[in-house]
Amino acid sequence: MKRLLVFLLFNIGFGVSPAQAGGMNILQEQCASCHALYGPAPQTLSQFKARQGPDFFYAGNKYRKAWLVQWLQNPKRIRPAGIFYRDHIKPGEKRDEIDLSTLKPHIILDKSSAESVAEALMQLKANSELIAGAAFVPAGASLGEMSFDKFYGCLGCHQIEPGYGGLSGPEVYTAARRLTPEYMSSFIANPQAWDPKTLMPKRDLQEGNIRNLVNYMLDLSKEDWDEK
Amino acid sequence: MRNNRVCLSLLASLFVFSAPLLAKESATDNYNTYCVQCHGMQGNGMGLNIRDMSVQPRDHTDFKSMSARSNEELFKVIKEGGGALSKSVLMPPWGSTFSDEEINDLVKYLRVLCKCKQGG
Repeated sequence: MKRLLVFLLFNIGFGVSPAQAGGMNILQEQCASCHALYGPAPQTLSQFKARQGPDFFYAGNKYRKAWLVQWLQNPKRIRPAGIFYRDHIKPGEKRDEIDLSTLKPHIILDKSSAESVAEALMQLKANSELIAGAAFVPAGASLGEMSFDKFYGCLGCHQIEPGYGGLSGPEVYTAARRLTPEYMSSFIANPQAWDPKTLMPKRDLQEGNIRNLVNYMLDLSKEDWDEK
Repeated sequence: MRNNRVCLSLLASLFVFSAPLLAKESATDNYNTYCVQCHGMQGNGMGLNIRDMSVQPRDHTDFKSMSARSNEELFKVIKEGGGALSKSVLMPPWGSTFSDEEINDLVKYLRVLCKCKQGG
């Protein structure tokens, strides 16, 4: 009932453009089996482990639209070991390894569908209160890599360049292309506020330290990783 | 205006009091979800993430080194991270992920993995 209401409100209540409506139809028909279009985020481990893709109900606060349009037409894996690494690993000789045979490719959309879906995703704005406040102003990162690696140990789970870093979390060298700086700041400050069962631990970081980490990811995103 | 404020505060209190508390998870489930990524599927420190780590994760099946840790130390390092005990920052603080009760259960689970107790 709640879903129907949200769907109806979305479609008739706010002057929805044809692109948004088309995008919402694609989301409902092709994406909703893996991505939650409605909250809340998983509250138990069994719900968390059943999740097949990132939640979408706050996509409009999380993603950069231009990146969505591009990625949906040419999807590349962001989390080397899938959405939940535990389902995609096997014991190896030196350490646990990714079991590539268990990972499935993402569906590919044509340009028009990708644009419609991105437009529709931008309307899904749960958790706006978590990013309320001043917009992020990029300022360059002093000791960015040192912070990321040595001070806070983020490298343990995240790659800072292809083939270097941990594998259970999403790669961060493309994070700032994918995500808004406001979302990154808020998520680092309190990951559990967005996703109570997330694998991301909460460190009690000062605002300046968080800004530094986000600036570091903004710097990383400027490099041409496809060429390397 | 005043009515609006009353409505808003009523709504806010409804949200606060209806916010679900997270149910307690088992130590096995928590370990298999959060700890295995570094400490490994077999708890031997050979996790998926270790290749580029400057300090290798603890082998939880190591009788000797695990016996040398008190239950209080294990609790503290899980809750506050490696830095709290002058160990590696690669072990993050999990105090916002687990309740104290869940951490106590994890300490007991570690004692099963190492087949050891505090002091031997």
